[in-house]
Amino acid sequence: MTRFAQLRSTLAEQPWELWIRQIAAVLRMDLRKNFLSRRGIWIYLLAFAPVAVITLHAIIDRHSVGSIRTDTEVLAGIFQFFYLRFGIFFGCLGIFTWLFRGEIIEKSLHYYFLVPLKREVLLVGKFVGGLVTSVTLFGLGVLASFAMMYVHFGDAGQYYVFNGPGMGQLLAYLGITVLACTGYGSIFLTLSLLFKNPIIPAVLVLGWETFTPVLPTLVQRFSITYYLKQLCPVAIPGEGLLALFTVVSEPVSTLAAILGPVLLAVLVLLLACKFVRRLEISYVAE
Amino acid sequence: MNGVNNRITFENVSKFYGDVLGVNRVNLSIPPGVTGLVGPNGSGKTTLMNLLTGLIHPTEGRISVLGISPTRAEELFRRVGYCAQFDSFPKGVTGFSFVYNTLRLHGLDDREAVRLAHEALERVSMTEAAFRKVAGYSKGMRQRIRLAQAICHHPTVLVLDEPLNGLDPMARSESLELFQALGRQGLHVIISSHILHEVDKMSDQVVLMSSGYVVAEGQIHAVRTEVKEHPMQVLVRCSDPNLLASRVFAQDHVVEAKLNDDGKGVLVRTRDADAFYLLLNRLVVEDNISLETVAPADDDVNSVYQYLIGSENKTI
Repeated sequence: MTRFAQLRSTLAEQPWELWIRQIAAVLRMDLRKNFLSRRGIWIYLLAFAPVAVITLHAIIDRHSVGSIRTDTEVLAGIFQFFYLRFGIFFGCLGIFTWLFRGEIIEKSLHYYFLVPLKREVLLVGKFVGGLVTSVTLFGLGVLASFAMMYVHFGDAGQYYVFNGPGMGQLLAYLGITVLACTGYGSIFLTLSLLFKNPIIPAVLVLGWETFTPVLPTLVQRFSITYYLKQLCPVAIPGEGLLALFTVVSEPVSTLAAILGPVLLAVLVLLLACKFVRRLEISYVAE
Repeated sequence: MNGVNNRITFENVSKFYGDVLGVNRVNLSIPPGVTGLVGPNGSGKTTLMNLLTGLIHPTEGRISVLGISPTRAEELFRRVGYCAQFDSFPKGVTGFSFVYNTLRLHGLDDREAVRLAHEALERVSMTEAAFRKVAGYSKGMRQRIRLAQAICHHPTVLVLDEPLNGLDPMARSESLELFQALGRQGLHVIISSHILHEVDKMSDQVVLMSSGYVVAEGQIHAVRTEVKEHPMQVLVRCSDPNLLASRVFAQDHVVEAKLNDDGKGVLVRTRDADAFYLLLNRLVVEDNISLETVAPADDDVNSVYQYLIGSENKTI
């Protein structure tokens, strides 16, 4: 039997149906906690703060049709500088580090460990729960920001979205949001399994994500933003220090830019599986 | 199922928390039935239970639960239920949803999970309070709901860490009956408790622990017999206690023969219980003494505990 055939037979023997039911059970419990907990209010604020600013802008400022281009660039700036580098980053930090760390602090993780549930399946369930939460919040935030940016242009705005490049840009923003949540989520989930206080390593990740553009291209490939800024649909004219955040030194293909964060997330989650297998319940030390 | 796979075994198991000793070089082979885990605070009872259920991993040694390694949670918890001592719950759950969620994590469908959750809640007498938030429960109710969560999937090994804590006398008695009934059904029921007379009442065998070491294990009578430095105490109620006292006191193995305050019995302390019982048979025939009762006076967990551990740890 070839290695590929062996792998196929091993995969076929796994209890996929049971795992899917168990992941669904983890999701049902976690989504309620993720969306309804009071400690998550600041994440809602992060996701929807730009919507409030853009709404104010729509109410107060009166724009001519000609300013659609300017507003498109403003929206691109809000997405790249606020959502991508700040909102989604810190939102994922809050959501994904709490998935296991929160259970440890509230002394309820052992209930997951006392059922016939593979720890890797639990990890996937919790990761998917975090992903659904972060994508929903930030996806809705991006969608609402986009809508508020063009709604006050009336027919011209509608034409730009449905007959011009608007819809493509929106889909690109939403796709990037999903990829960003996947990439950052996997990193923060893993850090939370390694460190009692994942804030310091998260600051290091922020530094890495910010300053890798000045490092060799090979190193840049281990950064989430390296791939994501290449997928951004609207280029922002960057000068001086701003160019650090916008200029891509050696672009890769769109497919590679999509697969890059996904592969990075898979590798990081495989590492997290190793850590979660070793995890012990010792609440006294927390 | 063969003999080995019907036992819970610890082979040379040690657990250290950094420099702090949890348990050291534990070797145990636990058969089905009710096993009492006895020892003072910090003796390693909870560590042993957490090792058995895979919540912590041994620094050294090997553990097997009916042939399954505790690292294989997906197999282990089909057969094991653990009522841990942690008095904490996921936020906002009701008693029912707590048990129901556990069953859904087992992979059961909604209908089966609902049925088993109701059944478990009924077994611990929590049906009426099932749909109230756990946060509003008394300590005893929280204890019972954790017990429901541990038994809801019909495990064959039940591990209970201080399961009687916080229970009122009625609930204690019901729980004791439940544990004994489960033991009689051939389940492994492992219970830690610091209330010795309750352990004595419900356990088929005991494991005595002190400072991370297993001090003694086995059926309580066998353990007591092994404690040679403390002579066995036997209380004999008979028709002529004075005569009996004088006759037994002449024997080498008898350390003390004390008349009871009511004058109707003799408390004998002997280094050789078997020889004493043979002597007693002879005296009954030769001296025409009629016996009312003959009962060991220190053949219980409490006495064994005091002899083996009590001098080191006055409180339990």
